Amino acid sequence: MAKKMLDGNGAAAEALRLTRPKVVAVYPITPQSTISETMAEFVDFGKLDAEYIRVESEHSAMSACVAAGLAGVRTTTATASQGLALMNEVLSMASGLRIPMVMPVVNRGLAAPWTLQCEHGDAMNARDTGWMQFYCQNVQEIFDMILMGVKIAEDSRVLLPMMVCFDGFFLSHSMQKLEIPTQEEVDEFIGEYVAKNMYLDTEDPMFCCDLTGPEDFTEMRYQQKVGMDNATVVAAEVMDEFAAKFGRKMTQVESYLTEDADAVLVALGSMNGTIKYVVNKMRAEGKKVGMVKLTQFRPFPAALVREALKDVPVVGVFDRSSCMGNYNGPLWNETAGALTRTNVDLRHFIGGLGGRDVPAVNVERMFNELLEIKAGTRTENTEWIDLKEGAMEIRQVTKYVRD
Amino acid sequence: MLEIKDEARGLISHGVSACHGCGLEIVIRKVMDALDDDVIILIPPGCAALFSGYCKETNVKVPGYQGNLENTAASASGIRAALKAKGNDHTTVLCFCGDGATVDIGLQSLSGAFERNDKILYVCYDNEAYMNTGIQGSSSTPLFAATTTTPGGKKVRRKDLTQIAIAHNIPYVATASAHNIADLQKKVKKAREADGPALLHIYAPCPTGWRSNPAKTIEISRLAEQTGCWINFEYEDGKVTINSKVKELKPVEEYTKLQGRFKALTPEQKVALQEEVTSNYNATMKKLQFMSE
Amino acid sequence: MQNQQEKPTKKLQKCSVLGPVAAIFASANTGSWRLERPEVDFDQCIKCGTCARYCPPDIITIDKTKKECVSFDWNYCKGCGICANECPKKCIKMVPEGSEA
Repeated sequence: MAKKMLDGNGAAAEALRLTRPKVVAVYPITPQSTISETMAEFVDFGKLDAEYIRVESEHSAMSACVAAGLAGVRTTTATASQGLALMNEVLSMASGLRIPMVMPVVNRGLAAPWTLQCEHGDAMNARDTGWMQFYCQNVQEIFDMILMGVKIAEDSRVLLPMMVCFDGFFLSHSMQKLEIPTQEEVDEFIGEYVAKNMYLDTEDPMFCCDLTGPEDFTEMRYQQKVGMDNATVVAAEVMDEFAAKFGRKMTQVESYLTEDADAVLVALGSMNGTIKYVVNKMRAEGKKVGMVKLTQFRPFPAALVREALKDVPVVGVFDRSSCMGNYNGPLWNETAGALTRTNVDLRHFIGGLGGRDVPAVNVERMFNELLEIKAGTRTENTEWIDLKEGAMEIRQVTKYVRD
Repeated sequence: MLEIKDEARGLISHGVSACHGCGLEIVIRKVMDALDDDVIILIPPGCAALFSGYCKETNVKVPGYQGNLENTAASASGIRAALKAKGNDHTTVLCFCGDGATVDIGLQSLSGAFERNDKILYVCYDNEAYMNTGIQGSSSTPLFAATTTTPGGKKVRRKDLTQIAIAHNIPYVATASAHNIADLQKKVKKAREADGPALLHIYAPCPTGWRSNPAKTIEISRLAEQTGCWINFEYEDGKVTINSKVKELKPVEEYTKLQGRFKALTPEQKVALQEEVTSNYNATMKKLQFMSE
Repeated sequence: MQNQQEKPTKKLQKCSVLGPVAAIFASANTGSWRLERPEVDFDQCIKCGTCARYCPPDIITIDKTKKECVSFDWNYCKGCGICANECPKKCIKMVPEGSEA
């Protein structure tokens, strides 16, 4: 175990290196680019014994990884935003073909308007592609989650790909101190790659992914669903095993001061650090607030979320993606599903879009609104919590057109 | 292991739902006959996907993968990299794609694999339109040919796939036709040995899409070469050898009159098509001659 | 095959292949499509094999030792007529399926 200063991308690349992938195909995109560079450096300068495919797009990156996975090796890539959107078609190939790969996704909003910065809209756009999604709060979590991710994905009960999501710039480019185990420790933890679903072998031919009619399609999907269901169980085991070996414990759903809370905020990603700070501050002022941090989003740990929130009077869900046309955001929807037939007053907030910071003052405002709802002094909350005043007039240009 | 329900003498089963007189069916068999079973085949969606199989049954005896329409070359790069990582340098990675999957939607990933010099054998069987989806025009559809998305005849000429490939400086590029099987198989064997990517662009008539008599598939293939609508040549390590030896070109009409897709040509268009074919033939031959010296 | 696996696994583990694979090599009865059937006039046949070479489903067998040297696998012949069209002696003709020779 060594201590090092790395940013989120550096930690992700280091973790990937330690998992010894044999084929790496990465296409650069802000804010992921340094992962593509670091992985290339590892391969070029002998720090990783792998084939690096300098692909010409994210679509090809994912395609090459899926095919390499089918040919029986551990494989990886990384992406963000538009890149993830471009991969979309092949994402469901990876999951449908049960390729157990782990891919860092450096969260960044989707155009238009163009943004380079953080929100979860990119990953939410891919949330139903059959990939597991785990969100990280800090650099150490990125590192740890990638190691655990490989073990979860490759478990024969799961055999599904995983996105390890972390906030663009807030985490990808922020230097933090982290603990890095040795190669031997990592080898011992994740084990040598065994291709349990290898199809492309001239010694044992099979045709993979031929046309499947309605007679079998449902069952193929059901097998994936069972893999997803198992992932929640396997993730819990792996997180325990990791904690026992490395002394750091991550949990799928982390509750903080929720037991006696009047109001609780639920969120994904780096802003949980801010939320925890605000919880501590408000507790010190005698306000009974708490937080629930979700690391696991896909498969959605509904039972764990229900257990964590079912007795809380007012719950606010903070979505860092706008999810146009949805009735509230994706995290709210999932949480609402988990809380069916409870008496929780479930509220929704959207904010932090396109890199807009989520400062403590905004978190405090959300908590105060939830507390007022609990006290009966307020009925509605401010859904778009960080919206500027006069939003509809911003960047308006007048133009005259004929009827 | 692969369970053999119906034995076949080659690597492909005999009963495959390709249309009557399918040029592709001839081409895929001849390509596979020229190889052995140390092959991984990648087939994108399209007519060739009929050979992938349906549900638990397949029509090929070698391991195969049906990826997306546009990523066959990228998938092949992934497989080649994985084989290399495992120390396997002998297995052939064969892409078997139609013209749409190659010159339209798949051109980007193909170009990427070419530039990386990944060792893959890429076969484009060219039936000059999207046949499996219902005969829609592609960028390989020739001038004036009617398809369901060019019902009044295509207004522009086709892309030149082989020149695009040659521009990437890959070790082996060749054209071949369904009617000249010895030539085709010789080229498959050479392509397999190339030290990097190899492209085979194979002319494969489609009776259904071209509205021609299925019995005339080979005759049409021959006429394409004899009228100058198709030229067979190979490009090996920078040098071209022209294989088509046509002393005097036959009139294009001998070729077009056998195909319903050219039925609606006006007299002016017939003249224009003849001029286009002749001038393209002459220009291409001149270029190829230059590259053969 | 050499170098297939870097290191052999300690012991063989049985595991199910998950995902949409096809592992049965099979053939459709395309002979049922046939409306016309090739018929060979063996008196004129020169046993050149052209018909077999161009047969799309590859179901023509040539046995040069026999007079009736050309045989068809009727399970798969679709009756496309390429063999008849390409025969250099024009000694294959397409006859309606079901008619007697």
